[in-house]
Amino acid sequence: MSGYDRALSVFSPDGHVFQVEYAMEAVKRGTCAVGVKGKDIVVLGCEKRSALKLQDTRITPSKIALVDDHACLAFAGLNADARILIDKARLEAQSHRLTVEDPASIEYITKYIASVQQRYTQSGGVRPFGISTLVVGFDKNDGTPRLYQTEPSGIYSAWKANAIGRSSKTVREFLERHHQEDMDREQTIQLTIKSLLEVVQTGAKNIEVAIMAPGKRLEMLPDDQIESYVKSIETEKQEEAAKKKSRTGTTTAAILTRPGGGESAD
Amino acid sequence: MAEVLLGIAGKDFVILAASKAAMRGPTVLKAEDDKTRQLNKNTLMAFSGESGDTVQFAEYIQANAALYSMRNDTELSPSAVANFVRGELARSLRSRSPYTVNLLLGGIDPVTEAPHLYWIDYLASLAPLPYAAHGYAQYYCLSILDKHHNPNINLDEGLKLLTLCTDELKRRLPIDYKGVLVKVVTKDGVREIEVDNDKVVKSA
Repeated sequence: MSGYDRALSVFSPDGHVFQVEYAMEAVKRGTCAVGVKGKDIVVLGCEKRSALKLQDTRITPSKIALVDDHACLAFAGLNADARILIDKARLEAQSHRLTVEDPASIEYITKYIASVQQRYTQSGGVRPFGISTLVVGFDKNDGTPRLYQTEPSGIYSAWKANAIGRSSKTVREFLERHHQEDMDREQTIQLTIKSLLEVVQTGAKNIEVAIMAPGKRLEMLPDDQIESYVKSIETEKQEEAAKKKSRTGTTTAAILTRPGGGESAD
Repeated sequence: MAEVLLGIAGKDFVILAASKAAMRGPTVLKAEDDKTRQLNKNTLMAFSGESGDTVQFAEYIQANAALYSMRNDTELSPSAVANFVRGELARSLRSRSPYTVNLLLGGIDPVTEAPHLYWIDYLASLAPLPYAAHGYAQYYCLSILDKHHNPNINLDEGLKLLTLCTDELKRRLPIDYKGVLVKVVTKDGVREIEVDNDKVVKSA
């Protein structure tokens, strides 16, 4: 220990605030969460920790929480910290409605959450929130989907698609490769689940998906539907692998100098 | 007092009617006022009293009901909301500046699907009733409701009963309250019902 991680509000000589960096480490250890924007829809996907044998899954809290009718968030990191932060966000969302008679914009909610997180990096006697959040939803009378991320340091940013938590880098890179503009509902859900499957080995029963559309309530995708998506994605993957296998089997003999070159020729 | 609030609970519904005139002293400022607020999917509140206080209080309750359902992932039942409202009014009554608000709260219990109607006044009295009225309307309508209401009436009969009441108000109340806005709560939610407010009723 260097001594610069004792008190939160103390910089190390090279400009780090260690406690905040430890909080970001806690995020990396949390289960993965993904958010993807489509043309007029936004989808959240979460990795669920697999339930123990005697656990009652019906009343175990979800990682996706409703902040207001039109806004919802998923988090990665310390579940207990998230409860506090979500509660603050919900209170602010209602308070905003009460003072200005309009629902808060998604950006406002994100800014609020981020500013609470920032406050907890600069006050005495507290520790930062060990969570990152993905805030999604639609503003009033506006059909544009919104997706924002917040971090323990209080940084917030807007995204087309993003992942937080364990193996978020792998998932983000997957999203970078496969994200398209103006995806419809099916494509958006499919991309969300597909990207999660990159890091979730156990498949459908460890995934939860929430869908938001303008003017509608939050829709949690039922388990059987997630399962059918996962199945179709897996068969698709197998077919692709089989195709690749047979193709490489024939082409390597013919064009030895260009392995994998057959792909671009197709 | 010059504002009309009426509530009728039936077999599977609650009707709330509120006068459409927004008044300040003897002046009508607005003839299309909505003195109701929906608290959640199946509870509706109608209010009268000191203008300013009414909307402020109603929206405060509305926000708290929404916050509760957001936090606990369930809707509050009408009886829970009614008791919460009573508590808030009792607290306000003992503060430096109490709210002067009278309320009718109608709703369908999301679990049992039973209709509930609550009469609440600014002194934080709470009474569950089969039918209710606030202000001068009480003097004219309660006797009619006493005679004609029974808990098993259907919506059509309920609306007929309401017409009996509003006709009597037109006949005897020397105030133009600009007709009533009628909303009904059923298990499917809250909807407004068109009523003929232009019907002329002659005094005897």
